[in-house]
Amino acid sequence: MLSRTADNLYWLTRYVERADCLARILDVSQRLAYTPVTYGGSTNEWGSAVLTAGCAESFIARYGPLEEATEENVVFYLAFEAENPSSIRNCFEVARTNARSVRTALTSEMWDVINSAWIELRNFPNRPLDREELANFLAFVKETSLRFDGATFRTMLRNDGYWFARSGAQIERADNTARILDVKYHVLLPEKERVGGPLDYFQWASILRSVSALTAFHWVYRDSVKPWLVADLLILNRQMPRSLAACYDALARNLDDIASGYGRQGPSQRLAQGMLARLTNRSVDDIFQAGLHEFITDFISDNNKLAAAITDQYLT
Amino acid sequence: MPHAFDEMTGADGAVRPAYETLQQWLSSVPRDVLDHRRKEAEYIFRRIGITFAVYGEQNSQERLIPFDIVPRIITQPEWTRLAKGLEQRVKALNMYIRDIYSTREILRAGKLPEEMVFQNPAFRPEMNGRRVPHDIHVHIAGIDIVRTDPDTFYVLEDNARTPSGVSYMLENREIMLRLFPELFSIHKVAPVENYADNLLATLRSLSPHGGHEPNVVILTPGIYNSAYYEHSFLADKLGVELVEGRDLFVKDETVFMRTTEGPKRVDVIYRRLDDDFLDPLVFRPDSVLGVPGLMSAYHAGNVTLTNAVGTGVADDKAVYSYMPEIIRFYLHEEPLLPNVPTWRCREADHLKYVLEHLPDLVVKEVHGSGGYGMLVGPSADRAQIEKFREKLIADPNNFIAQPTLALSTCPTLVEQGIAPRHVDLRPFILSGSDKVRIVPGGLTRVAMKEGSLVVNSSQGGGTKDTWVLDA
Amino acid sequence: MRVRIRHEITQSFEPDTRNAAVTLHLSPRSHEGQFIQRWVLDVDCDSRLYGHEDAFGNLCHTFSVDGPADTLTVIAQGEVETRDTTGVVRGTVERLPPEVYLRQTELTHPGEAIHAFVEELDLKARPDPLSRLHALMVAIHEAVREGEGPAVAEPLTAEAALEAKLACAAGISPLFTSAARLAGLPARHVSGYFALDEVGTTRHWAEAYAPEFGWIAFDSGKNLCATENHVRLSVGLDAVSVAPPRAMGLRQQEVVSALEPRRQAQNQAQS
Repeated sequence: MLSRTADNLYWLTRYVERADCLARILDVSQRLAYTPVTYGGSTNEWGSAVLTAGCAESFIARYGPLEEATEENVVFYLAFEAENPSSIRNCFEVARTNARSVRTALTSEMWDVINSAWIELRNFPNRPLDREELANFLAFVKETSLRFDGATFRTMLRNDGYWFARSGAQIERADNTARILDVKYHVLLPEKERVGGPLDYFQWASILRSVSALTAFHWVYRDSVKPWLVADLLILNRQMPRSLAACYDALARNLDDIASGYGRQGPSQRLAQGMLARLTNRSVDDIFQAGLHEFITDFISDNNKLAAAITDQYLT
Repeated sequence: MPHAFDEMTGADGAVRPAYETLQQWLSSVPRDVLDHRRKEAEYIFRRIGITFAVYGEQNSQERLIPFDIVPRIITQPEWTRLAKGLEQRVKALNMYIRDIYSTREILRAGKLPEEMVFQNPAFRPEMNGRRVPHDIHVHIAGIDIVRTDPDTFYVLEDNARTPSGVSYMLENREIMLRLFPELFSIHKVAPVENYADNLLATLRSLSPHGGHEPNVVILTPGIYNSAYYEHSFLADKLGVELVEGRDLFVKDETVFMRTTEGPKRVDVIYRRLDDDFLDPLVFRPDSVLGVPGLMSAYHAGNVTLTNAVGTGVADDKAVYSYMPEIIRFYLHEEPLLPNVPTWRCREADHLKYVLEHLPDLVVKEVHGSGGYGMLVGPSADRAQIEKFREKLIADPNNFIAQPTLALSTCPTLVEQGIAPRHVDLRPFILSGSDKVRIVPGGLTRVAMKEGSLVVNSSQGGGTKDTWVLDA
Repeated sequence: MRVRIRHEITQSFEPDTRNAAVTLHLSPRSHEGQFIQRWVLDVDCDSRLYGHEDAFGNLCHTFSVDGPADTLTVIAQGEVETRDTTGVVRGTVERLPPEVYLRQTELTHPGEAIHAFVEELDLKARPDPLSRLHALMVAIHEAVREGEGPAVAEPLTAEAALEAKLACAAGISPLFTSAARLAGLPARHVSGYFALDEVGTTRHWAEAYAPEFGWIAFDSGKNLCATENHVRLSVGLDAVSVAPPRAMGLRQQEVVSALEPRRQAQNQAQS
């Protein structure tokens, strides 16, 4: 297939995934922000939402220091701001532009989801939303990504186009999970001064919620929420579809499918398989001992390297 | 303005035979059912994304072309006559272009002024002395036809560059089949869906090396082009790649496309990109839409461009006025389809006449298109006419004038119900190395505003399904 | 006169450019006023050069730089025997009728200033095309001073050159062609070399058509018809169409030396 077509498919799914992740971040931040401080709520929850979304620099340039970030400007910036290239609005905008460029490589069901979402997006006013409007908006975003994934899964031919599309989503998902961990890793660290208490529970639960894994946690561990188990679930547990290991499991397979379709392995296959091996042959204790933060920082950088390798090998 | 001929009710108000069944059906279906189906059609069009962009409009980047659900009917004998005339016309256009870029016999014979060729912005010196694969230049032509009475069809315009609109012809039919299956059970309508097949066969026949499995692609300027929907629609129907300039590159005088599996050779490019933008190493150096080096591969005979480069030399409105001469010169035949009488403002006596009769005439820019920059005398006010007069005097070479024709009307569903609206017709003529193919019908464009003669989509015109009825 | 020429061009690309197509207009052809003794093209990449003749009768070469590359260097060198023909250019390869050279281009498009300039000259008052062209050359020489300019960078438009009253040779030539065409005289742009003591850039002048003589070369910057010092490289409708290399890239830089071999030896002995 045309390199540009593969590139568009890859970015289309990345942006849909990103929009979904932003919606979750906003959801969780809102919930935490309304939790009384005595129960672990904090005043700078909105600042950390901006950090997690990975657009701190541009946000600060526009609204000032993160400590002073307010619900109103963070929600607007992450959801609607035209000048924020990764706002939900722009994610949908870019996703549709990509979809339109490869209209013929999509099934009509996939196109329909993207195009309808893009049309519906115009019904949301371009101003700060009240709480109910925001809740509706976030539900709409999450539903769109669900529908899109469903349409892709159910209707697309299982050929290189499908695998590039899935690879984009997995790379983005791994990046998002890693960034949530990157911003919140400190609440997972065992600290001497602080004993785990009700305060921490809400922080840990919010991490799980931001990847829709609170219920899953209990099913998997049948235990109360503990920081190392949270880390295990999000990093190493392959049952959890948003864990780094699950993402790489899927990525390695997708890339291998591409390679065997074309009859040629390359750098991106080697990188993905290498990272999967590292995620598989490790326990959460190893990670904590070597340093959780370092591990996550390295992961984000390696994930970017893989993205660059895919681009170089196939998309240009 | 003279009274217009209505294709359903004719001159005397009696329903013409071809329309009898349709007229009965129309009068039996309640108005709200029609309205409902019209809305449904619009909904479907929007959902599948059949939109177009209008130049110069900031906010409404994508608009729908109004679709009218009342079909336009042409009878088989009428169509047979038209098809013969169209084939003749396209044949002459091709011979003219070949001549212009080789020995220029027609200029030697003094049939048209040299400056019409050499000063024509669409003349490409770069094509001089170049043979194109299979000696065909205009592979895909759109000839605009208007009708003024039961027996008279005029050619209004030749489109020999990159005529668009065929996707509407095809989608209109699909929608009609979906919304009004009952109508098709009571009419024998000639199908148009084989257009895509015909186009692919035509393009494949044009491969420079023959044999093998030629790799055909469609080259689009990209998603911001007003006809992008059509480009992707055609790529989908033909099952060929839709490429942009950046997807292609030239090496060893051969065109390749960048794929996930490495470079793949390209043999035929159906380009929907103007000459000027094709190759920044030969034409506009600032073009980022084209393919650097493309012309070298083209001249080396390693790739076919459809349509050929430089076909615009045959389709501006000044050359149009010489078409009857051109047909006689190359084919030694009388034109089967007449031209609309045309005054060339470049000629002093013609200009004098035009200036004296501005309120009665339609004046057009020689290189204009899309209904822009024209004056429709009878519907213009005094100030508009005077303003146009100045433009005309300042640059007479740039204009031609024609009488205001009473374009035929067809029944059309509008606010007030079914009412006559002016229409034209754009059939598409495909010229391959093996034969000429024309699907019956074409795109009917309709001026939705009462009395308006401007059918261009950029000016609020709509479209209709066009039926050629088998007897 | 024997002229030895070395023309080196460096074309910069975006970093890591791949498959960049390049067209070279870098091969002079012989005519009555010049004979190409020897001519070699050299490019610093492994690609085959495809030679062909363009629409205006120039020899050109097309090739592609596989890359990834940031720059391309092209060297053209050779020796040309020239002779003075008082500006008349005969024996050239002509594929198009002179009327084609009445076409204006974006660069030569005459605006208000050029219209006024040509009107004021009142060329019609002159008896024949040749005297009109001479008058035009002198007038342009007086109106626009020739200054230093990057010859291969964006050439000035004819209108801008006239308004600035200062232009490099590549800017003056479009003005001459624009004005001549406006006056109904076919004219075209010429790129070439001017034999000179020091290193410089490509030279630009114009040719115009006078029915009784054919094509005549006018160098308005120097206020003379082409001499034996002028080596003609290629012709076209404007400077863009004869740009020595055409490629989608960033900057171009060039160094030209065009010299009599004898004087070259002298120069070397002195230094």
